[in-house]
Amino acid sequence: MNIAIDIASWVLLTLGGVNLLIGGIGVLRMPDFYTRMHAASLTDSMGAILVILGIMLQAGLSLATVKLGAILAFLLLTSPTAANALAVSALLAGMKPRTGDAVQRTNHEADA
Amino acid sequence: MLTLLLILVLAWLFWSGLFTPLLLLMGALSCALTVYMVRRMGYFDTQLFTPRYILRLVGYWGWLFLEVVRASIQVASVVLSPRLPVSPQVIEINAEELELIDQVVLGNSITLTPGTLALDVHDGKLLVHTLTCEGAYALREGEMKRRVASLRGA
Repeated sequence: MNIAIDIASWVLLTLGGVNLLIGGIGVLRMPDFYTRMHAASLTDSMGAILVILGIMLQAGLSLATVKLGAILAFLLLTSPTAANALAVSALLAGMKPRTGDAVQRTNHEADA
Repeated sequence: MLTLLLILVLAWLFWSGLFTPLLLLMGALSCALTVYMVRRMGYFDTQLFTPRYILRLVGYWGWLFLEVVRASIQVASVVLSPRLPVSPQVIEINAEELELIDQVVLGNSITLTPGTLALDVHDGKLLVHTLTCEGAYALREGEMKRRVASLRGA
C-alpha cells in the first residue's frame, strides 16, 4: 500500500516537473510576449497542481495536506490575477498582440 | 460579517497551533484588518456567495480542472512540436448578461486555462488572446460561459 502511494506520488511529481520544463521551453520558443504568457501559464496551473498533489500524497492524511490544499487553492486563485495584471499592463504599454499568418491561412481554407 | 470573522479566527488558531500572546494579538489584528478591508470593498452590500453558489462552484472547479488538464496537453504538444504551430488570435467574448462577479470568474477561468488569456474586460465584453485558432473556436462555442452563468441560475 505504501509503495503504491509512493509510486503515485513520484508519477505526479515527475509529470509536474516535465510540465514545468515544457513551460520553460515554451517561454523560450514562443514568438511574442502574449504567446510566451500562454507557455508560462503551463507552469503555474498544471505544473503547480501536479507537484502539490504529489507532495500531498507524501504528506498523507495530516494537517500538512490541508495546508498544501489551501496553498494550491490560493495559487490557483491568485495566478490568473497576476497574469491579468501583466497582460493589461502590456496592452496599456502599447504592445500589440501579433496574430499569426497561420490564422489567415486557416480562415481562407475555411472559406474555400 | 460575524461568520467571516469566526471563520478567520478559527483558521488562524487551528493553523498556527500556537497560543502565545504575541501570535494571538497578531491574529486578532489581521482578522480585524481583513474584515475591515472586505467591508470597504463592498462585500457585505450584496449577497454574492450563498451556500448553494459555493456548492455549485466546487462542481464547476471539477469541470474546470479537467479543462485545464486537456488544455495543458494541447499547449504542451504545440510547444514541443518542431514547427511550433501557433496561430494566435484575439477575440471578443460577450458576457453582458453575467453579473460583474461572474464576469470575473469567467475571466479568471479563461486565464487559468493554458492557451487562453483574458486581456481586458470592458462593458461586459472580454478581450481574449488565444494561442491557437482551435482554442478561439472552443471559446466561441461558449461552454465555459454557460457553466459560469448556471452557477447563479435557479
